[in-house]
Amino acid sequence: MATKGIEESRRNFIRKAAAAGGLLATGLLNPFNAILYAVEKPTDPTKHWWGFGIDIEKCIGCGRCANACKEENNVPREPFYFRNWVEQYTIKNDGSVKVESPNGGIDGFVQTVPKEDIFKAFFVPKMCNHCYKSPCVQACPVGATYETPDGVVLVDETYCIGCRYCVQACPYGCRYIHPEKNTVDKCTLCYHRISKGKTTACVEVCPTQARIFGDLNDKNGELVKFLKEHTCLVLKPHLNTGSKLYYNGLNGEVR
Amino acid sequence: MPPQLKTLIPLFGAFIVLFLIARHFLVPVSFGELGHYRFNSIAENKEKAMNYAGKDACADCHDDKAAQLKSDVHSGLSCETCHGPGQAHTENPETVKLNKPDQRSFCGNCHSMNASRPKFMVQIELKEHNPDKKCIECHNPHQPWQLKE
Ligand code: HEC
Ligand code: HEC
Ligand code: HEC
Ligand code: HEC
Repeated sequence: MATKGIEESRRNFIRKAAAAGGLLATGLLNPFNAILYAVEKPTDPTKHWWGFGIDIEKCIGCGRCANACKEENNVPREPFYFRNWVEQYTIKNDGSVKVESPNGGIDGFVQTVPKEDIFKAFFVPKMCNHCYKSPCVQACPVGATYETPDGVVLVDETYCIGCRYCVQACPYGCRYIHPEKNTVDKCTLCYHRISKGKTTACVEVCPTQARIFGDLNDKNGELVKFLKEHTCLVLKPHLNTGSKLYYNGLNGEVR
Repeated sequence: MPPQLKTLIPLFGAFIVLFLIARHFLVPVSFGELGHYRFNSIAENKEKAMNYAGKDACADCHDDKAAQLKSDVHSGLSCETCHGPGQAHTENPETVKLNKPDQRSFCGNCHSMNASRPKFMVQIELKEHNPDKKCIECHNPHQPWQLKE
């Protein structure tokens, strides 16, 4: 039938036009590929995709991780600058929650709630979640913070203008303004160590192996094993940040 | 072509050339190579100096202490958990001294009684457990159950 022939040629034309248009568009948009193609887990299994695990059930709240982080990365010693820190959560029998973190836990913790009032208490170590859809990276107006191809969120100190937008944008409170450099500073997942095959300083000193650093792309790696054997959650999953910091034993009260 | 356009074209051309020159000087080297950032910054982040030497770095020279530590309950601890960052010491052991944390409060960071600590962690009441002596006067920090008294 005649109409069928016309229909077919029209369909072919549309198909070809769409293909040509697509090619043209990708060619033109190629310079903007940083915006178009955010980093994702590499399909090549030999490429790294760094992540982190924290086992709350094993954390004894000694605060050595927070201390080691400051020592390794020359973070100011004053008690308000942290790349990582430990929070003490105490859920009382009446349902209220008390969260404390005196000096990030570096000087140790004391339980300030009397034992008979405690329903549940535990420690939650916090640090950068190294999200792969990072709100902080999206907020940066100059491109001074970025996600590396292996999934680490880093800061370009020389390029940061200290505008503090990213500090506001991070839903986990993991950034601070360095008082001397006046630029933003945050956990680099000890990028200088992990790229030399070492583990991070906080993992190095953890006495109970509550912290696990590893490669999510390595099927036989320690982190993948940890995720297989435990029921892990990320913080604030509803924000769809693409967090790669996995907690075992995370209580619903943890913010 | 209308004469107005003819006079404007060189002006626009000049603007574009100026813009390109300014852009050349303002956009740093390697910006945009992989994304909307300075690619060289990755290498700069990698270059930073390490302060922690790592778990195996001490055993070469302190094999006795390493063996002691392995043999007892503190086997999960790293030397640097207590002694602090040791990279500089491994390079210059004679000049760079590490701290030896002998205060009761230091052991207390991990062992003081606290309802938040998990049950497996052995805890003591700091104020009641032999209060007027340092922990290391009785316990060997590397082998806590090697009691000295
Ligand atoms: C290259 C060999 C070497 C390595 C590696 C090494 N040390 Fe030492 N260390 C020494 C020597 C030598 C001394 C004795 C220095 C002295 O008494 O003057 C020493 C002394 C010490 C002391 C006692 C210091 C004092 O004031 O009494 C401590 C603690 C120590 N080392 C810890 C460590 C730790 C922790 C590491 C691993 C990060 C380490 N060492 C790695 C050689 C080494
Ligand atoms: C639980 C914390 C802790 C850990 C873990 C630890 N040390 Fe020590 N270390 C101490 C303390 C405390 C002293 C001080 C002992 C003293 O003054 O009697 C000390 C003393 C030393 C000394 C000085 C020599 C001496 O006997 O006075 C050396 C050397 C040393 N440690 C090496 C190591 C090495 C190597 C490791 C890792 C294999 C290690 N330590 C792990 C707490 C620790
Ligand atoms: C960084 C944390 C940390 C520090 C600091 C620390 N310990 Fe420990 N200690 C542990 C861990 C972890 C265990 C093993 C608990 C377990 O799994 O049974 C342990 C076990 C012990 C035990 C054995 C308890 C038992 O009944 O099995 C003693 C005794 C002890 N430590 C004494 C000390 C003394 C004394 C010091 C100070 C020199 C000290 N510890 C410092 C983490 C620490
Ligand atoms: C006078 C010596 C002495 C001193 C000082 C001392 N201890 Fe002990 N500690 C002991 C003896 C003995 C035991 C075993 C008997 C017991 O449980 O009381 C012990 C047991 C322990 C245990 C195991 C408790 C349990 O329930 O299994 C820990 C943990 C411990 N000590 C840590 C410390 C710490 C931390 C310090 C310093 C704040 C310290 N000790 C100071 C002698 C001492």
